[in-house]
Amino acid sequence: MGLTSKDLLTIQDLSVEEISLVLDTADSMKEISTRDIKKVPTLRGKTVINLFYEPSTRTRTSFEIAGKRLSADVVNISTSASSVVKGETLKDTGKNLQAMSPDLVVIRHPVAGAPKILADNLSASIINAGDGAHEHPTQALLDIFTIREKKGSLQGLEVAIIGDITHSRVARSDIYALSKMGARVRVFGPHTMIPVFIERMGVTVCHTLEESIKDVDVIIMLRIQLERQGDFLFPTLREYSRFFGLDLEKLKKARSDVLIMHPGPINRGVELSPEIADSPYTLILDQVTNGVAVRMALLYLLIGK
Amino acid sequence: MDKEDIDRVLTRIAHEIVERNRDCEDLYLIGIRKRGVTLAQRISQKIKGIKGLEIPIGALDITLYRDDLSEIDAQPILKKTEIPFSVKDKKIILVDDVLYTGRTIRAALDGIIDLGRPQFIQLAILLDRGHRELPIRADYIGKNIPTSRRELVEVSLLEDDDTEQVVLIEEGIHGVNK
Amino acid sequence: MLVIVNGRVIDPAQGVDGFFDLTIDQGKIMKMTPSAGDMSGKGLDKRNASGNFTVFDASGKLVVPGLIDMHTHLREPGHEYKETIKSGCEAAAAGGFTSIACMANTNPVNDNQSVTEYILRKAKHEGCVNVFPIGAITKGLNGEVLTEMGDLRGAGAIALSDDGKSVKNNELMRRAMEYTQSFHLPIISHCEDPDLAKNGVMNEGYVSTCLGLKGIPHTAEEVMLARDVMLSELTGCPLHIAHVSTAGSVRIIRDAKSRGVRLTAETAPHYFTLTDEAVRGFDTNTKVNPPLRTEEDVQAIKEGLKDGTIDVIATDHAPHSLLEKDVEFDYAAFGIIGLETALPLSLMLYFEGVLSLADLIAKFTVNPARIFNLKKGSLLPGMDADVTIIDLENTWTVDVNKFKSKSRNSPFHGRNVRGEVVATFVGGKMVP
Repeated sequence: MGLTSKDLLTIQDLSVEEISLVLDTADSMKEISTRDIKKVPTLRGKTVINLFYEPSTRTRTSFEIAGKRLSADVVNISTSASSVVKGETLKDTGKNLQAMSPDLVVIRHPVAGAPKILADNLSASIINAGDGAHEHPTQALLDIFTIREKKGSLQGLEVAIIGDITHSRVARSDIYALSKMGARVRVFGPHTMIPVFIERMGVTVCHTLEESIKDVDVIIMLRIQLERQGDFLFPTLREYSRFFGLDLEKLKKARSDVLIMHPGPINRGVELSPEIADSPYTLILDQVTNGVAVRMALLYLLIGK
Repeated sequence: MDKEDIDRVLTRIAHEIVERNRDCEDLYLIGIRKRGVTLAQRISQKIKGIKGLEIPIGALDITLYRDDLSEIDAQPILKKTEIPFSVKDKKIILVDDVLYTGRTIRAALDGIIDLGRPQFIQLAILLDRGHRELPIRADYIGKNIPTSRRELVEVSLLEDDDTEQVVLIEEGIHGVNK
Repeated sequence: MLVIVNGRVIDPAQGVDGFFDLTIDQGKIMKMTPSAGDMSGKGLDKRNASGNFTVFDASGKLVVPGLIDMHTHLREPGHEYKETIKSGCEAAAAGGFTSIACMANTNPVNDNQSVTEYILRKAKHEGCVNVFPIGAITKGLNGEVLTEMGDLRGAGAIALSDDGKSVKNNELMRRAMEYTQSFHLPIISHCEDPDLAKNGVMNEGYVSTCLGLKGIPHTAEEVMLARDVMLSELTGCPLHIAHVSTAGSVRIIRDAKSRGVRLTAETAPHYFTLTDEAVRGFDTNTKVNPPLRTEEDVQAIKEGLKDGTIDVIATDHAPHSLLEKDVEFDYAAFGIIGLETALPLSLMLYFEGVLSLADLIAKFTVNPARIFNLKKGSLLPGMDADVTIIDLENTWTVDVNKFKSKSRNSPFHGRNVRGEVVATFVGGKMVP
C-alpha cells in the first residue's frame, strides 16, 4: 500500500482509500508527539526542503517539526532572503535544489499550479503547502482528521464553510475532501466572495449566516484577508464582522454540539469573536496538533521507504 | 505445533518468568504487533493464574524502527504503539511469536528505549527458528525449530487468525509439517 | 512565367470553384483557363534554369488566393528574440499566408512614421511575404493622446489599433473614430475593460472557480464592444472588432450589423477550437487574451462565422519565448502563435459542416482584403500573383519544433490535423 503518486499536489488526486490511509497513519503518528523523546528514526538520512514563497509560521513550523520527529534533515528556504529575490525562476530554483538530492520538497507559492512545475521537473516528492487560491491539501487532510476524531465518520455530516471562498485554497481543498468522504458542504460569505458556478462543485450556497449554520455538524470559518478591502469586495471590517463573523449570540442558532474550526491565524473580532476563539467549542488547537501528525503521516507515506 | 502445544509452551514460559522474577514487582509485558501482543495477553493471563497478579501489557509497533523498510515490497501499514505506562526503571518482558534474524527485536529495543530507560529488557519468544543476523538471544523460548532459509514459519492464533497452529511451509512445496 | 495546372481553384471574390489553370507572369495573374482535364498529375512539374517553377502541378489540391492575416504580432522592433520580421514572414508563408498585417505594440510602439518606415524597409529586404504595418491609435498605446494618423498613413500604415489594450477613455475613442475619417484608416478595436479584467488570467467560469485562478468575465469584452459599437454609430466610423471570443459579443455584433452599423469582426482559430477546460493542468500555452471561453461561446462563434456576423479569421499570432511562458501561470505572458496552425484548425469548420469551403476561404481572402482596402485576396487577372496551394486530404501532427516561427507557444503541439499548405507563391515566386 502507499500513495500512488510520488507527489501530493491536490486533494482531487487522492482516492478515498488513499485519504483513509493517510488518516489512519496519522493516528499512529499522533502518539509520538506525546512521548518524552518525540523522535523515531524512520526518515533518518532523508532530506526535506521547505520552499516557502509566501510567509507562514504555522504551516512551515508544522512541516519542520513533522520532519524532525521522523529524524529527517529539514531545511527551510523562505524567499525574502534568497535567490528568488535575485530573479531566479521557480524552475531554475527547483533544478538547483534537485542537484542537492532532496527527498522531498514542500512548496508554498502564491500562484496556482506552481507545485506542478516542481513536480514535473524534480524527481523528489513534492507536497503542495498552498498554491495561490487553488489548493492546500494538507490542511484539508488535517481538517477531516480532526472531524473524524470527534465524529467517528464524515459520512452524511453537514459542514458549513464561511468566509472569502473565492480566494481560499483551504475552502477548495476542504470542499473536495469533505465531498469525497461523503459529507455535505454549504458555503456562505459576502456575495462578492462566492465564486461563480461553485454549486457545480456539489455545494449549497447559503444566503444568511443563520441559514448556513442551522443544524450543521461543523462550521469552518475562513480568515478574511484585510487587503481584499481595496479590491471593492467588502466595505469595512465592521460590516464584515457584523454579518459574516461568528459570535456567541449568533452561535445560538446552531446546534449546541456544533464543532467550530478555523485554519488560522484568526482575526479576533472579525470572523470569530474573542469569546468563541477562547471557548471549548473550537477545535482550532486540535487542528494544529493534528496538523503535525498528518504531515508526519504524509512524509512517511511519500518517502518512508 | 497445534493448539495444545502452544498452550503448554506458554504455560511453561509463564512459570519461567515467575521463577526468574520472584516478586514480579515492576514487571511489564510489551508485545510486538501484532501476534506478540496476543501472546503477551495470554502470558499475562497465565501469570495471573499462577500468582494472582495482573501484569500490565503494552503494544509496540516497530514499523517506524525497521532497518529493512526498503526490502519489503509493500509499505507496511502503521499500527499504533499503545504503552499505557512509563518504561523508565521498569522490568520489561518483550514478547514476540518468531525469533529469526533478530532485526525485529533490535528495532523493538530501539523503540522501547526511545520511550525511556528500563531497568532491563528480557525477551520471551514462542519459536526460535535460528539464522540470527545480529547478536540477539531470547530469555524464554517456547520451542526451538531448526529451519532452512527457504522455509516459511506461519503462526496462527485464534484472536488474530481463524485457527490456532504453527506450520512450516517449504517454498514451492505445499507441505505441512507440525 | 508560371502556370499552375489542374488544381481546384476556389476564389470567393469571383465566385469561382472549379478546375482551372492559372497563368502567372511578371508577378501578376494573367489569366485563368479551364483545366485540360488530365487529373493524373504525375510529372507535370517543370522548372527553369534558375530552379523556379514554370509549371506547377496542383492535381488533387486546392488553389486559392494567398491567405491574408489581419492580425499578427511581429516583434520587431524591440523583441527580436521572440520573432523577427524575417522569421514571422517565414512562419506566415509556411502557413499559407501571403500578406500579413502587423500590430503596433512593438518597442518602440509603431505610433509614428519612423517605425512604420522601418518595418516596411525591413520587410522589403528580409520578409518573404507582404507586410502591412498597423499604426497605433494613441501615442505609446497610453490611451491619452492621438497619434498623427495622417503621418502614419503617409508612411504606409493601413489601419490603426491599440491592440493589446483598449482605448479606455470614451471621449478619446470617440475623437479617434472621428479623426481617422479624414484619413480613411480603418480602426481595429481590442475590446477589454481593463478594470473588469484586472489581474485576470483566464475566463471567469466554472474552471476558474475550480482552479482558484482569477477570471476575466465575458462582460469585460462585451462592455467595451457595446461602447465601441455605440461610438461607431455616433461617429459613422467603420469599425473592425479584433479577436471576438464570447457569445455575448457575437450577439451584439449581429444586432448592430442588422441595424446598419458599419461593423466588421474577426475571430481567431483558438476561439472555435478550445475551451477554458484546456487550462486545467496550468499549461501556460493556453493563456491568451481574450481568454479561452466556454463551450457555449465556441458554439456561438461558429454560428457567427456561419451567418456572416464574423467576417474574418485572423490568427492573433503572438510569439513569446520560454522566458515569458515557462513560468508560473500568473506570471506568464498572454499569447498563442497561430500562423502555422490557422489553416488546418480552420478547415475543421469545413469538415464539421459549419462552413462551405468557399465561405471559409473568403474569411481569409476577399473579406480581409475588402476591410483593409487591399488589392489582394483574389485571383482576378491583373491581381498580384499571391497564391496558396492546399492539400485537403493530408493528415499530419502538429510539431512546434518544426515551426518556422522563433517561438513555440502553441497549445496545439501533438494535435492530429487535416489539411496542409503545399506551396505558397508571393508575386508569382514560391516562398520560401
